[in-house]
Amino acid sequence: MAPYSQLSFLLTVLLIFGALCVTSKVQIQSSSERQSASSNTGSTGESTSNSSASITTVPIVTWKWHHVETPYLVALWILVCWLCKLMAQLNSKLKSFFPESALLIISGFILGGIVWGADKAQTFKLVPRNFFYFLLPQIILDTGYFMPNKLFFSNLGAILVHAVIGTCWNAAAVGISLWGCYLGGAMGNLQIGLLQFLLFGSLLAAVDPVAVIAVFEEVHVNEVLFIWVFGESLLNDGVTVVLYNVFDAFVSLGGEKINAGEIIKGIVSFFVVAFGGSLIGVVFAILISLLTKYTGKVQIIEAGFIFVLGYLSYLTAEMLSLSAILSVTFCGVCCQKYVNANMDEKSVTAVRYAMKVFANGSETMIFVFLGVTAIDTDIWVWNTGFILLTLLFVLVYRFMGVFFLTWILNRYRLVPIELIDQIVMSFGGLRGAVAYGLAASLDETRIKEKNLMITTTLIVVYFTVILQGLTMKPLVKWLKVKRVSPTELKLIEKVNNRAFEHILAAMEDISGRIGDNWWTRGWKRFEDTYITWFLMKPEARKNRDYLFSIFHKLNLEDAINYVTEAEKRGSLAFLNQTDGTIVNFEKKLRFSGVMPDIMSELDFGNNNVQPTSVIQDTVPSVSLNIHEHEMKRMNEDFNAHHLLQQHLYRSRKNHRHKYSRSNFSINQSEDEVQEIFQRTMRSRLESFKSAKMGVTPAKKITKHPKKDPNHKMSNGKTTDKSKKHPYGDEDFEFSEADSAYSGDGGATGGSSQRRGTYTMGAGVENPAFMPEMDTPPPPWVTEAEADTSVAPSQGAQRYLPWSPRNLHRLAPLRISDRSTDSFLMADAPATEESSEESPQQPSQRDGTHM
Amino acid sequence: MGSTNSTLSKIPNAGDLMQETGFSPAHIVRLYDRYKALDKDKKGHLCPQDFGAIKELAMNPIKQVCQEVLDFPSFVRILAHFRPVDKNRPKDPNSPEHINSRSNKLKFIFQLYDQDKDGKISRQELLQVLRTMLEKQVTEEQLESIADRTIQEADLDRDDAISFDEFRKSMEKVNIEHKMSIRFLR
Repeated sequence: MAPYSQLSFLLTVLLIFGALCVTSKVQIQSSSERQSASSNTGSTGESTSNSSASITTVPIVTWKWHHVETPYLVALWILVCWLCKLMAQLNSKLKSFFPESALLIISGFILGGIVWGADKAQTFKLVPRNFFYFLLPQIILDTGYFMPNKLFFSNLGAILVHAVIGTCWNAAAVGISLWGCYLGGAMGNLQIGLLQFLLFGSLLAAVDPVAVIAVFEEVHVNEVLFIWVFGESLLNDGVTVVLYNVFDAFVSLGGEKINAGEIIKGIVSFFVVAFGGSLIGVVFAILISLLTKYTGKVQIIEAGFIFVLGYLSYLTAEMLSLSAILSVTFCGVCCQKYVNANMDEKSVTAVRYAMKVFANGSETMIFVFLGVTAIDTDIWVWNTGFILLTLLFVLVYRFMGVFFLTWILNRYRLVPIELIDQIVMSFGGLRGAVAYGLAASLDETRIKEKNLMITTTLIVVYFTVILQGLTMKPLVKWLKVKRVSPTELKLIEKVNNRAFEHILAAMEDISGRIGDNWWTRGWKRFEDTYITWFLMKPEARKNRDYLFSIFHKLNLEDAINYVTEAEKRGSLAFLNQTDGTIVNFEKKLRFSGVMPDIMSELDFGNNNVQPTSVIQDTVPSVSLNIHEHEMKRMNEDFNAHHLLQQHLYRSRKNHRHKYSRSNFSINQSEDEVQEIFQRTMRSRLESFKSAKMGVTPAKKITKHPKKDPNHKMSNGKTTDKSKKHPYGDEDFEFSEADSAYSGDGGATGGSSQRRGTYTMGAGVENPAFMPEMDTPPPPWVTEAEADTSVAPSQGAQRYLPWSPRNLHRLAPLRISDRSTDSFLMADAPATEESSEESPQQPSQRDGTHM
Repeated sequence: MGSTNSTLSKIPNAGDLMQETGFSPAHIVRLYDRYKALDKDKKGHLCPQDFGAIKELAMNPIKQVCQEVLDFPSFVRILAHFRPVDKNRPKDPNSPEHINSRSNKLKFIFQLYDQDKDGKISRQELLQVLRTMLEKQVTEEQLESIADRTIQEADLDRDDAISFDEFRKSMEKVNIEHKMSIRFLR
């Protein structure tokens, strides 16, 4: 660890230095002191002087700092902040007892010190506007989007009590107490009145969501405690905004103009701001959900909609002077379920990751800048009495408020909150950047002691985040607070949880009283009947059952584990042996992808071999036998092969340098070879089928429409694979297997002439067997003939000189070119082949053919 | 409180029931009223039809909670399973466990699954419960595989059924005391 952290530290310092050089140059340039610039930094300084000189010749390189100044600085700062986070994470010794947020603030101090040392003034600080518009929204959106909804709503009452009453209490108590102390002469002479104190109290009242998440995420307290603190920190924003605005207005009105009417207006505005903000969030959540119903077509930017609309919900609420934090919180909370159901799984993952990147990134920046901001002599106004008393009151009233409110709430709770939890909850009342932001946006003309307020706010923030954050972990350990134990996801638990819900609901009905479960059930029913219909895709509605999705998730996990396990053992044969346990997985997939996978599986070797010949052998056998086969067996086959294709043919994929803005899986893009391959396969299949089933036309009619889409799909897939194939050893083995059983078909003789026909370029439609078909030439013949036009390229592809393996393949090829009479026996090799492919008898397969 | 006592005196064995279940007199009276209200034709016991008459219950997938004929004490006992666990109540080592103890709560759920009372939740029985609980969109095959998997998770002796011990083990981490409690029965 140590070398890493030192390395990164070096890197950081280097970058900071770079940043500093740049910033110092900005100032120097603006004051146009040329000499000092060149003396400051050598080469860059010279180039600066070059650029600003009047042009006498065509400049090859020009130094255009002012063009890029702002974005460059922003990017540089982001980088530096993130490197600080990296450093904090790498240093495991420090991290074990320091919370990350504290480390970030401290590194902010250091950075600020360096900048100040270079510039002799603080050039950078956390500007409220940047904080509220560019840093905060994504954090709140993230918390809303990942909110554990059930927990949140089942504790909503308690959260609201704490958020509304607790915050009001804090604001009022801190403000009035400070005022009292001021009157008592504890802090000397200040130009400050009761209203200003209340304003100050209100901006300090709110527990900060950013700080709370940062600290509580690391201590892993139990979920009820977490949601109480966390929910309170989010929902108290409405209160803070209102209190702040109201007292701000009162301050400007002046004490004598305030009457009962104004106070009532203030109370009304609370409801408008809080509920209005939430309502806007819900409206945007509905918009997002509705939109994601239809964004499947532009899947690649689908994820972006969540961010844009979430941000818009924040801005809209801000525009209407409603609570923006509440708005974006509820936007995330309400849309998560429907968005996750509506969007493609990939987009969901994209949203989740991007959300975390943004949120973590800006959280880091907030903390670092909280530190950087401190290093500024302009804002520091020291008043011992004021600052210490504020700290004391903030802490004490938080404890009082929490204890009192929890005491009341406990009387109505099934599981009372214990004293220990209450202590942690009070201690978790961290103040953060929101308070600083509000303090920094105070109007200096009206509030004379603005700087003192900022100073005090900063000290409160540092005290709570660093000291309380630091002591939180030991405290939690010492008090033995119930923590979350990492639990394994278990289906039986989930099943039983579902049963509990129903049982409890039944019991409530029997005892004839309305309880908690009545509400959840009522909501669920309402949601099922109306909301999902409105906001969810029809497909998404189908597999929405929670238990089933858990089941699905578990199966996916299993599948991944199987693959890792198989890779560890170095053999995929292992997979086949554990068929008993993967039944579930197969069942799930069976509906979606049996056919394509079987097709692809059988085509493994064939892109190097003559495709036509292989198709001739394998595809018919599959299509004929698929109904006779036991589904399960098929599934095992395709399952194994599904894994095979993922793991055996990766190398080719890496070699494909292709770019597409809207596709990750480039191999899906249309390509000539693919096209040829598809058409070939299709026509081949159809011709064979009619040859085979021409006797029973009725059956043919019924089968064809059913099969066709499958074939199309499978063709697409096969060709995917064919492009990924390296000329590796693995597929050599397969091709041999293929050839081997075609050998069993008894077509060894006369294969050389047939080969002749293939190489002539008509490989697509084997002319040799066309005339021998029972049925008269059906319409697809024309299609087949059309195919011959593209055949040469296929032939060329097949006989590329650069694959020495072709020499090997020639032998199997010859055998595999099956003469038409082998079709008479098509059934026999078909069954044999499938049994060979089935995992139960791998040895037999080797035995017979090697 | 006078009215409460007068009603309480009408209830047979009220004292014993309170002793056994830990319900307060107010609860017993309230439950007795409810019991009387459910017992529409005053036959002195509740039969499945009486429960069927509760509209919300009819929609509940777990209707089989009450399939037997119940008199008032057994009615109270069933509900007593859902009383929150109270720590203050003295635990007498000689007396049997409280009816709302963890294992009794577990037993209650177990019996819901175990319809044929053979001490094991068989695959069929689990399937039956799952079928009623899961939404209609889940196909029968999916139901079966969910049931298989559920049994697999709990089944330690590989007999394709969940015994009570296995059941209890699999639910070890679940906070039954909280999840199987109704607030207003405290």
